[in-house]
Amino acid sequence: MADETLDAKGLNCPLPILKAKKALKGMDDGKVLEVISTDPGSIADFQAFCRTTGNELMEHATNDGVYTFLIKRVV
Amino acid sequence: MAKSVEETIGNAKKMTIICTKGSLDWAYPPFILATTAAAMDVDVTMFFTFYGLELLKEKLKLQVTPLGNPAMAMPMAGMHMSMPNIVGMVPGVSAGATVMMKNLIKKKGVASIEDLREAAVLSDVRMIACQMTLDLFELDKKDMIDEIEIGGAATWMESALESDINLYM
Repeated sequence: MADETLDAKGLNCPLPILKAKKALKGMDDGKVLEVISTDPGSIADFQAFCRTTGNELMEHATNDGVYTFLIKRVV
Repeated sequence: MAKSVEETIGNAKKMTIICTKGSLDWAYPPFILATTAAAMDVDVTMFFTFYGLELLKEKLKLQVTPLGNPAMAMPMAGMHMSMPNIVGMVPGVSAGATVMMKNLIKKKGVASIEDLREAAVLSDVRMIACQMTLDLFELDKKDMIDEIEIGGAATWMESALESDINLYM
């Protein structure tokens, strides 16, 4: 499903966002980045990040304190 | 014909932050917001003045002090410990509190200020050091990171006037 995976487990705000942005920058439009995080704040943050930057948050899931996001690079 | 505002400044949103504090704890808000804003495609300018200039030194020696800060309660052995001012005054207590906070920062996966500043540089955050403060405190640009420029109040004003968000920290 995802073209690239970013393991941001154990990292706190704002590192998951900064690392996700860096990863997205290196990807082509339409490619999908999977981000795995353990920061509970990242749920709200990745939604806000995607709304603001125009990248598409295709899916996000919570599983036992681990949060997974699928972000499609749009811009 | 004069250029429209959009043509002149582009479509990107802009933000400025005035950074006036040079302690380890207060170094976080400006760098967290600057790097996050840059990651969200905001064009960021940071203006460092007074103690904020500490944050631009090549070698950071930031400290945190419990003195005069009744809200600073550190988690310790399942409790929170705050420190009376009289204890905070004892030599070595600030150094101890700094070590404690740095350990917490590492343990909780929080970025170091060095890392956040590096991220700011890499994402083209503009950093301006206040010329007047450099003179006032006899600071040398040579001791600061290379990526800074020097400016004054008018330099910040120009940037602030075309910004959507201007913060003072």
